[in-house]
Amino acid sequence: MSLVLENIVLPLAEFELRVNLKLDALVTGLTGPSGAGKTSLLELIAGVRRPSRGGITLDGVPLANAASRSFLAPEKRRVGYVPQDLALFPHLNVLANLRYGGSEPKLLEKVVEVLELPTLTRRPIASLSGGEKQRVALGRALLAAPRILLLDEPLSNIDDRLKEKILPYLQRVRHEFQVPMIYVTHSKAELGALCDEVLTMEMGQISGSLRLT
Amino acid sequence: MLPEDWQIVWFTTWVSALGVALIIPPGLALAWLLARFQWPGKSIVETLVALPLVVPPVATGLILLKLLGRRGPVGGWLHQTFGVDIVFSAPAVVVALAVMSFPLLVRSARTAFEEVPKRLEDIARTLGRGPWNVFLTISLPLARRGLAGGVVLAFARALGEFGATIMVAGFIMGKTTTLSLAIYQNVQQGDDAHALRLLAVCIAMAFVALWISERLSRRRTNA
Repeated sequence: MSLVLENIVLPLAEFELRVNLKLDALVTGLTGPSGAGKTSLLELIAGVRRPSRGGITLDGVPLANAASRSFLAPEKRRVGYVPQDLALFPHLNVLANLRYGGSEPKLLEKVVEVLELPTLTRRPIASLSGGEKQRVALGRALLAAPRILLLDEPLSNIDDRLKEKILPYLQRVRHEFQVPMIYVTHSKAELGALCDEVLTMEMGQISGSLRLT
Repeated sequence: MLPEDWQIVWFTTWVSALGVALIIPPGLALAWLLARFQWPGKSIVETLVALPLVVPPVATGLILLKLLGRRGPVGGWLHQTFGVDIVFSAPAVVVALAVMSFPLLVRSARTAFEEVPKRLEDIARTLGRGPWNVFLTISLPLARRGLAGGVVLAFARALGEFGATIMVAGFIMGKTTTLSLAIYQNVQQGDDAHALRLLAVCIAMAFVALWISERLSRRRTNA
């Protein structure tokens, strides 16, 4: 996987996001203070936002280019995005949420098995715990067969006991699916457990990088 | 209630339902465009859509009469092409009710669409679904209560329409007579008792429609 963000500029409320970056690790951690622009960066890659300058390519496929005003629609990018609020569809049950991502039987079976979801499939979203919702959102994104998966602080809204339970699922996803990921977190433990490379972001710019493997 | 009164109630109900059914597709489409997108001329369209709410219904009726009359641009074309005359007929009633209900439907539907978190639509797009698919599978189901409330509200508005209807459809017993027109006609003829019976039916129907609309919007708020 090769994700290139070339001279990207995106005006934010208090500063400009400016990024020039090439990612090729399997799991890249992205950390930094709140409001540094981490979520905005993920949204640029997912196609929820458009850069005002610069270009993004994924495995040689242009996703966005401000100069030529080209913009690949989010549905054509195959970029899986699990936002912090998870954005599960409240009118669909667990299985329907999963199938919204994709319904290829073998992949569905594998996702349900790896994330241990068999007993949850008929449940409405509102009845799930925080950890269960997290697994459903992750599974839904995986079922869309993404070329890259963007996870925005997946463990930030759940308590420590649950974190210990969910982290192994993420490690299993890394191991079983081999999908490249960008993993946003404040937790050093999560970065150490999952990531090959860690980038630090401050005031809209990458201020440091560290190879872990 | 006389048999012809029930005929008037039935006529009023079905022309109101038909009028609202006709405006549902364009009304929802316009509400969606207003709720989700910025486009040139948007504020002008917003104002035009709201006009029937503030312009006297009789004035709206006069515009319709000029458009749909045999010498009007739409009515003239219909007459020459299909040999059809709309004014002073049941279809004219349907058109008048549709036009007068349109702003209420669009306003309610717009609010309903705006209440659907845009975030869910964005995420649905990242899952490989195109905009039309996202509209049908996410936006429409999540806005359904608000939309249903808007439809019922538009229907209630149509039930009580008077000014535009009498201009464009006139008062032709058994052909264009709605409850409102019948009440007016009976008062004009001094038959107050008859008018009051029709008034009671009118209030009962409007009450039920508004009650359903309120229930739907309250459930949406609590959801």
